Amino acid sequence: MTRTLVIVGYGMVGHRLAQAMRDRDVAGAWRIVVLAEETRPAYDRVALSSYVDTWDAGDLTLPGVEGVDIRLGETALEIDRATREIITSRGERVDYDALVLATGSKPFVPPVPGRDLPGCFVYRTIDDLDAIRAAVESAGRTGRRAGMVLGGGLLGLEAANALRGMGLSPHVVELAPRLMPIQVDDGGAGLLRDLVQKLDLTVHTGTSAEVIERDGRRMVVKLTNGVELDVDVVVFSAGIRPRDDLARAMGLTVGARGGVVVDEGCRTDDENIYAIGECACVDGMVYGLVAPGYAMAEVVADRLLGGTATFPGADTSTKLKLLGVDVASFGDAHATTEGALEVVFNNAVAGTYAKVVVSDDAKTLLGGVLVGDASTYTVLRPMVGRAISGDPAALIAPAGTDIAMGSLPDDAQVCSCNAVTKATIKGAIAEGCADVPGLKSRTKAGTTCGSCVPMLKQLLAEAGVVQSKALCEHFEYSRAELFEIVAGSGARTFTELITKHGTGSGCDICKPVVASILASLGTGHVLDGEQASLQDTNDHFLANLQRNGTYSVVPRIPGGEITPAKLMVIAEVARDYGLYTKITGGQRIDLFGATVDQLPHIWRRLVDAGMESGHAYGKALRTVKSCVGTTWCRYGVQDSVALAIQLELRYRGLRSPHKLKSAVSGCARECAEARGKDFGVIATEHGWNLYVGGNGGFKPRHADLLASDVDTETLIRLIDRFLMFYVRTADRLQRTSAWIEAMDGGLDHLREVVVDDSLGICADLEAAMRQHVGSYADEWRGVLEDPEKLARFTSFVNAPGTPDPTISFRAERGQRVPVQLGIPEVVSR
Amino acid sequence: MSVEFPLASLLPNRGVAALLPGDVQVAVFRTSDDQVYALSNIDPFSRAAVISRGIVGDRGGVPVAVSPMHKNAFDLRTGVCVDDPEVSLKVFPVRVDAGVVMVGAP
Ligand code: SRM
Ligand SMILES: Cc1cc2nc3c(=O)[nH]c(=O)nc-3n(C[C@H](O)[C@H](O)[C@H](O)COP(=O)(O)OP(=O)(O)OC[C@H]3O[C@@H](n4cnc5c(N)ncnc54)[C@H](O)[C@@H]3O)c2cc1C
Ligand code: SF4
Ligand code: FES
Repeated sequence: MTRTLVIVGYGMVGHRLAQAMRDRDVAGAWRIVVLAEETRPAYDRVALSSYVDTWDAGDLTLPGVEGVDIRLGETALEIDRATREIITSRGERVDYDALVLATGSKPFVPPVPGRDLPGCFVYRTIDDLDAIRAAVESAGRTGRRAGMVLGGGLLGLEAANALRGMGLSPHVVELAPRLMPIQVDDGGAGLLRDLVQKLDLTVHTGTSAEVIERDGRRMVVKLTNGVELDVDVVVFSAGIRPRDDLARAMGLTVGARGGVVVDEGCRTDDENIYAIGECACVDGMVYGLVAPGYAMAEVVADRLLGGTATFPGADTSTKLKLLGVDVASFGDAHATTEGALEVVFNNAVAGTYAKVVVSDDAKTLLGGVLVGDASTYTVLRPMVGRAISGDPAALIAPAGTDIAMGSLPDDAQVCSCNAVTKATIKGAIAEGCADVPGLKSRTKAGTTCGSCVPMLKQLLAEAGVVQSKALCEHFEYSRAELFEIVAGSGARTFTELITKHGTGSGCDICKPVVASILASLGTGHVLDGEQASLQDTNDHFLANLQRNGTYSVVPRIPGGEITPAKLMVIAEVARDYGLYTKITGGQRIDLFGATVDQLPHIWRRLVDAGMESGHAYGKALRTVKSCVGTTWCRYGVQDSVALAIQLELRYRGLRSPHKLKSAVSGCARECAEARGKDFGVIATEHGWNLYVGGNGGFKPRHADLLASDVDTETLIRLIDRFLMFYVRTADRLQRTSAWIEAMDGGLDHLREVVVDDSLGICADLEAAMRQHVGSYADEWRGVLEDPEKLARFTSFVNAPGTPDPTISFRAERGQRVPVQLGIPEVVSR
Repeated sequence: MSVEFPLASLLPNRGVAALLPGDVQVAVFRTSDDQVYALSNIDPFSRAAVISRGIVGDRGGVPVAVSPMHKNAFDLRTGVCVDDPEVSLKVFPVRVDAGVVMVGAP
């Protein structure tokens, strides 16, 4: 008989339980009802702060769970354990056989007079952020605007950064003498403070708010140290308290500092009731992190299906996200273990602080703190509790010693968010997972905070699946390395390159790659000299090969805008050569069925009418789609057509590792589908939002916001940098989406490089783009003006003009389509 | 029954198509070591006359032309498909004399 499981709370952990039950309960033993106080589907609270980048809640939404009765906006009010009934805020009664409390926690608001005034907020839900934004906007003051965050912990700093994202100067007030008192020690805290202050955050430590007052639109906060702050909003981030009120009302045991007490199977004193996530208290601990909650959800799913899983305890390592300041702490960061020893490396010049805590015999790693540079966090964290070989100082040695993953035992957790061990990942690799995206979808590792992605790469490498970066049997370099070699060595021919840096005579993989690199570096026409022999047939004939050996012709139609006169030329050419005509998905027109010898004649007419190559054949910029924008559309806020044309003309002809697509929408309705593009632009009231890394195709991905509200000049500068960085560093046939996903540090790193110029290469990238723009010339015109190139467009070398006898057509819906001939001379042994 | 054309119309590491009597199509290639090869121009996998438009190179030292349609590589000397030795292209006799390429029937 089907039993009913009711989950109270649809946050991250309730969602994980629903999902785990649906995945594992293949027999359908349980009917699942979820009562959710919040009115929106479960979302990624860990990433809450990134909501201020787009104000698009959809970006945070967790995947839906099929076949579960999810009741959004319906709170559990009372629970009757005797009748196993829940009364909800809609006045309904819901029966259960098993009940799981996943009610999470609520922010703690200290009893400061004035804390209930309008303008005071907490920081926990999407609704909280919407409310803060509304208050900031309605405060409507000009000049320097400010906000105060009470609490200088991990979340407080995130909240302060979010306020900064809304255009406020944040003040952070922390009662302890240092920031992030739980995670960071005194040694690291001084450096952390310096780094944070550089970001325009004002830090007040060792003090607290005494009283909050409202004076018209202003809020004045008096601190206990006498300082007065004049702010627009106040955000409380002074810790959290488990939401255990339902459990208290039912008479279940709660912990000394709150939290529903559960055993190692996550069961409360009532055998039908479980508690998981931030509302649960296991072994005296209440965890404020998502990973232990996920582990508890898995335990309960297993138990409900007859298993005996137990909660293994969890690690409370943390890493600060988003602020652009590296801070991490793991294990016994404060050296509270008896006899623990500390090894500290404090580099005031470089602005880094690193500490490891080891056992009294210096043989076991216990924990550590990293500030300024947390790049070793992902490797050190799983080593906690493990033996270290050699000198512990080597773990944080400035030379950046590479700590091999090989030394890590198989049961060590590589991904702490999703409790994935090294063994699981090795298993997935052994079964054929050959890249990071594959590991992500197979094991869930790397899908939450992303900090373990570099380790996934390292494990792939160590497993020998070696993500061989060799391009092919002729070059042992990756495309990016080859690019550097070409750019740095001045080698400008394939022969020179393969002689000096490769072996053999080349192939259909390395030749087009070298051709593309040479073209990106602006070395004349793509069919000049030896380059012609490197090109794929599409690039060799500057047209797309079709199944019967004919080609298609795609003139560029920038932004999708075209005059009737040009349309007529296209129509006449199509009619005169009998070309099948179709509107493409890229807002332009494709003419199919041209033979090699017809191509120059067709293009002569198109070029004479002012058209040029659309590069449909190249790994190059394809189209920049547009919507009509302000010129016609009643919703448009910017001229999207003009920008799309400007971008298409700027980047036309740019050769890249894979094709590049773009679009510009005139407002947030997004009619041009810009977020499905490698770089997409959406107009805002104040300028443009730039999104990168989107594509349709086999694995669709929405582009991520790189910069918001920028003016046209800034926008173009950022796109210049982004594209050139991509052209230089991506692998062969790697779209921008896969390139960003595979990048260490992902989007944040990309932003550091192209927005903040962290590598100091932006001037160089911009110069390279200027050189491309300055040297652009239409490839088809180049062919038409060069008799030697023209001569190659012939059907037969000994009988030019004789049509290929294998090509024939039939009619379909009034146009010509290919007929494939039966060919007798195919030999098969 | 052979046809001829100037060697100069053959780019190193690239092919051209030639038409033999009886509508027979040949793909003629010239490699960087100045060898000239002639194979059937018709890709047995896609049945399109495109072999001459393929990239020339080597697979493990074997000189090959790669069909532009679905990237199958064929040994320039024997016509055998490197990826699928069951399939091969017919080989044509070819000779270069005083800057003229001569291709004959097989
Ligand atoms: C003509 C067109 C279909 C149409 O009739 O609408 C088309 C046709 C081809 N597409 Fe496409 N794609 C066309 C729009 C698209 C779009 C829509 C768009 O651009 O807005 C997409 C999804 C968006 C995207 O790319 O992210 C699209 C995703 C693909 C993919 C998958 C790419 C991916 O990253 O997964 C391929 C395969 C590839 O490139 O490796 C592909 C490859 C091809 C090729 C080149 C396949 C081939 O090698 O022969 C087709 C040859 C075109 C030709 O011979 O002219 N086409 N293709 C469209 C030409 C647009 C243009 O004006 O240039
Ligand atoms: C800004 C921010 C940043 C964070 N960053 C990190 C991080 O980097 N790493 C990390 O590990 N963790 C982080 N966390 C903590 C992480 O989000 C939580 O640990 C996690 O969300 C806990 O999941 P939960 O399901 O237990 O609780 P929640 O996600 O809070 O979900 C509980 C849900 O239950 C609902 N509910 C409560 N009572 C009832 C009721 N009676 N009836 C119906 N529904 C009810 C609530 O409305 C809520 O939707 C962060 C949290 C915030 C706010
Ligand atoms: S995106 Fe906005 S401006 Fe552009 S057509 Fe759609 S509604 Fe109009
Ligand atoms: S550790 Fe957070 S996703 Fe793996």
